[in-house]
Amino acid sequence: MITRIIILLALLLGPAGPAMAQVDYTNSELADPAQEREAKALMDTIRCVVCQGQPISGSNADLAGDMRALIRERIAAGEEPEAIRAWRVSRYGAWVSFKPELHPSSAPLWLTPFAALIAGLFLIRGRFKKRA
Amino acid sequence: MNRRLWLWVPFTVVAFALAIFGWNLANPVDRRVPSALVGQQFPPVTLAGALDPAAGVDATLLANGRPHLVNVFASWCVPCAAEAPGLTLLQGQGIDIVGIAVHDNVPDLTQFLAQNGNPYSRIGMDFNGRTQIALGSAGVPETFVVDGRGKILRQHIGVIEPDDIATLVADIRGAQ
Repeated sequence: MITRIIILLALLLGPAGPAMAQVDYTNSELADPAQEREAKALMDTIRCVVCQGQPISGSNADLAGDMRALIRERIAAGEEPEAIRAWRVSRYGAWVSFKPELHPSSAPLWLTPFAALIAGLFLIRGRFKKRA
Repeated sequence: MNRRLWLWVPFTVVAFALAIFGWNLANPVDRRVPSALVGQQFPPVTLAGALDPAAGVDATLLANGRPHLVNVFASWCVPCAAEAPGLTLLQGQGIDIVGIAVHDNVPDLTQFLAQNGNPYSRIGMDFNGRTQIALGSAGVPETFVVDGRGKILRQHIGVIEPDDIATLVADIRGAQ
């Protein structure tokens, strides 16, 4: 019985132990302003998987908070923001990044402006000819 | 080309755009976020046991030769209570179900299991959601089908409805 109580206490206090020794970075900034800027820039371009239109920097969802804490801890540990982004993408897919990369499914997004520009030049080609 | 015909171009473009808008309004987008880990190895996680400290969750235990269902849930999650009968049925079929309790605490979890039954062989406590993120899980409840070598075969997002039971049983039998 006593062992059980000790185990229960250890379980209840267990998570509080490391949390007290280490700051909870869910909503508190990193001490180093340069690192915090790096973390914030990354958080602004990572999508929250719960409230899908928002970046994790502006979301109240638990999962977004967990991800903010994880990003700050990893930045503090010296990890590159793009490496953290790649790790996140490896778990949830390219959809979670607000920084679109060029791959087959996103190709139209990148190529449409160029196609529109070419089409526009084609449409106004007559005007250049008349001036000359 | 005929100038008259050119006048139809903007009209056609707008009509096409409106057709797309209409189609998307009638067919809402799938808002589920699937895990990118399906088809890959279960991430190397170690979680403290919730009720029995010795029965925590360890990724190496999932690769013990037997297929498992890994159920991501929480005592504060209302739909999780709704799928409890489904999980109990699956456990009754001899399926090993491992629980990952997200953002939970032992007293609430104990009460939840007392009310809804405990179909889990082991429950790991994911206090800070790190395991959920590592799994690519976007919410609760979610259930992962893991084969005997620890590879994630499928992800079931949302409540396990009575209709889903046969599929999950077939998945597990197929994994053996």
